[in-house]
Amino acid sequence: MAELRRFLGDAWLVAARDLRIEARSRVVVDQVVPFALLVLVLFGLALDADHRTLRTFAPGLFWVAVLLSALLAVHRSASVDQSDGTLDALRMSGLPPSSLFLGKAAAVFVQLVLLEAVLVGGLLVLYGVEVVDPVLLVVAGLLAGVAVAAAGTLYGALASGLGVRETLLPILLLPVLAPVLIGATRAFDDALGAAAVDGWAWTGLLAVAALVVTVVGALAHGVLIED
Amino acid sequence: MADRYRDGVPVVDLRGAVALLGNFPALAGVDLTVEPGEIVLVRGPNGAGKTTLLRLCAGLVRPEAGSVEVLGHDLVHERRSVRRRVALLGHATGLYDDLTVVQNVHFWARAAGLSAEEATDRVGVAMVRLGVAERLFGQPVHTLSAGQRRRASLATLVVRRPELWLLDEPHAGLDQAGRDVVDVLIGDAVASGATVLVSSHELDRVAVLGPRVVTIAGGVVVDDTGRGDGGGSRG
Repeated sequence: MAELRRFLGDAWLVAARDLRIEARSRVVVDQVVPFALLVLVLFGLALDADHRTLRTFAPGLFWVAVLLSALLAVHRSASVDQSDGTLDALRMSGLPPSSLFLGKAAAVFVQLVLLEAVLVGGLLVLYGVEVVDPVLLVVAGLLAGVAVAAAGTLYGALASGLGVRETLLPILLLPVLAPVLIGATRAFDDALGAAAVDGWAWTGLLAVAALVVTVVGALAHGVLIED
Repeated sequence: MADRYRDGVPVVDLRGAVALLGNFPALAGVDLTVEPGEIVLVRGPNGAGKTTLLRLCAGLVRPEAGSVEVLGHDLVHERRSVRRRVALLGHATGLYDDLTVVQNVHFWARAAGLSAEEATDRVGVAMVRLGVAERLFGQPVHTLSAGQRRRASLATLVVRRPELWLLDEPHAGLDQAGRDVVDVLIGDAVASGATVLVSSHELDRVAVLGPRVVTIAGGVVVDDTGRGDGGGSRG
């Protein structure tokens, strides 16, 4: 029990650090969120602002906007531990890599939840969608957020280790997130009344994906930051 | 201090240590033994392998051949169990630009396993000891000068009370007062039972501390003489 408490305490330490850095730098608030809203607007313009079409495709457009924006947030998160010897200092600190992973993923998750909340507002205002099942919407959004944050943190560390994070990260991460995109889109189809699908079944897939990628990330992170 | 590792075991014990930077052998078979409480000045020309030697002892560089033991642990297999007891001051500061000085030092104290209360207590003491002006405590690191960043970086190490200090050009970027602080820091570390390996071109400053002098060139130890009052055995 004491070990679990220490593990979670270390993860909280890292998450709080990343969130403090974000609170001061405001990269997500000032850059990532506006970018995501811009993507929604551009999708709307590309589809000729036809509300019926937009409502039909809103779930998919929402999650594409989330994933593209998540790339920026993940890149930012990874770069925090690449500046001025901070990665070496982390290695020397003795922090367990799994705690480090969990803390960084948690901080990205918090930022993604904020992003999703703003984008849902964007869907309501710009696309005129209606929320049919708010519980499903929230649960699917949270689980997909966990999966994206965990996979993003894992691949952010991998791309940083290869030294080509800016260009390689999307190519590595987006294919891995394709199942999350599909599952989250189907769940939102149901939650927003855009299509007659069993959104809870797809939410189950999201739960499995979130669990798997979190466990794999916690186990693999040590290898990635060492080598 | 002696109970933290086995009595009679050197703090650093390198035998034929080889380390690569890319394909280049930065260390080409180093033999070096450092006993508890020694101050060892590692000197040599640029590119001799001084920084790699310190990073090897910190467990940040993987040895390609030979044996590397620090604080009684084999660094090939037990790097993580040693690192928390070792402090490395390299060329970088290890500070987060968007955090304040206090937030940085406090974070690294907590990351080293201190409780929040212990960390808070030690942060204040370390900042005063390193001469970090109180007006800078709440300043984001990106607003500091290079010298102030260096002092804050040293504070992140002081709070951990390491058993082995690895200092790579610790006087670089510091004004006269800052250099004096570093000298006092090294003296205090040894007085408390810690061991110090310092790489420096400022031989006169470090010589005052009476170090054992190890000269490295071409990735090997070429001279291990000029020992001062630090004691210990030759590697």
